[in-house]
Amino acid sequence: MLEHYLSLFIKSIFIENIALAFFLGMCTFLAVSKRLETAVGLGIAVVVVQAITVPVNNLILNYVLKEGALFKGVDLTFLGLLAYIGVIAAMVQILEMVLDKFFPKLYNALGIFLPLITVNCAILGGTLFMVQRDYNFPESVVYGLGSGTGWALAIILMAGIREKMRYSNVPAGLRGLGITFITAGLMALAFMLFSGIQL
Amino acid sequence: MSKLRKTLLEPIFDNNPIALAVLGICSALAVTSKLETSVVMALSVIFVVAFSNLAISIIRNHIAASTRILVEMTIIASLVIIADQFIRAFAFDVSKQLSVYVGLIITNCIVMGRAEAYALKNSPLQSFVDGIGNGLGYTFILLVLGVIRELFGSGKLFGHSILPLDTEGGWYVSNGLLLVPASAFFLIGGIIWVIRTLKPEQMEKD
Repeated sequence: MLEHYLSLFIKSIFIENIALAFFLGMCTFLAVSKRLETAVGLGIAVVVVQAITVPVNNLILNYVLKEGALFKGVDLTFLGLLAYIGVIAAMVQILEMVLDKFFPKLYNALGIFLPLITVNCAILGGTLFMVQRDYNFPESVVYGLGSGTGWALAIILMAGIREKMRYSNVPAGLRGLGITFITAGLMALAFMLFSGIQL
Repeated sequence: MSKLRKTLLEPIFDNNPIALAVLGICSALAVTSKLETSVVMALSVIFVVAFSNLAISIIRNHIAASTRILVEMTIIASLVIIADQFIRAFAFDVSKQLSVYVGLIITNCIVMGRAEAYALKNSPLQSFVDGIGNGLGYTFILLVLGVIRELFGSGKLFGHSILPLDTEGGWYVSNGLLLVPASAFFLIGGIIWVIRTLKPEQMEKD
């Protein structure tokens, strides 16, 4: 049993990396990866939010939306998107308040990134993959944690590369955004190496 | 009239949401390996941006600043649900291929970005046209990527064989790299390079 969860965890970090294999959360991935320090902060925030929202949305799906869960014969799954994004927005808000009250240091470090996370498609994407693959509750906890870690790993790697790249001579038109795209492409190719691994 | 036309055409080349502002990249990368999915995705985005802009612009004077994100999210999510259900009903195969990416239009930054930056400040008609314009700007990039990737990656367009593949007795040896999602990164990087070389004023300053 433990083996199953461990392989799901590894799979969601490396083989199905949510940033480099499914291209989710790209806007933030490209925009906030200029400096290593901010990338680490955002990465941690995503791990925390992802590890909370995926299991919570799993509970919402199974106990509210699924056919016959709330009322007999009523299938509310078509409202899924609305419910998930509501949960994510509410979770981010609550997390912000809790951090502000109990961990002011962490709150100051993450502060500006938390609201950004609501519109980060990696978060909603994690939930939607959980729905599509029919994970049960423990699996969704593991998947949330794993996919968040995978995204954090990708953005931290990217920021490390971009910090080094400041010293290289890039063609004028490619500077900034262009070369970032190409770097991300190379990273995605590198992550494809994991895809053959069977766990 | 000319102002409306400017609002419509400007986002396509001069102020493209993907190439200049880096908004809405995720789906542009993931769905463009075939032209058909690119077209369906582009149409749904045009629909959602245009109508969310319209709806938000109509009620813009009644939204409190502190709750506006919530209101916008609700409107956008409802429109995406309509688009999602519509695609599921009339193009089930495509909906299977698009998998989670239709739902992810909710968090597509173009939609939120236009609502925040434009619809909250402008009249409904202007906002609607702006939505269509930005949708078309997104469509432009998606179509370019879709055509290049499907034509050179599998020798087809809309599933019809254009360049006969050598595996099927033709002469064209397909470029498998283009079917890998990572190739979209290289293509978008290239498009940005071309646009910025032609329009040097779009270059970033460090």
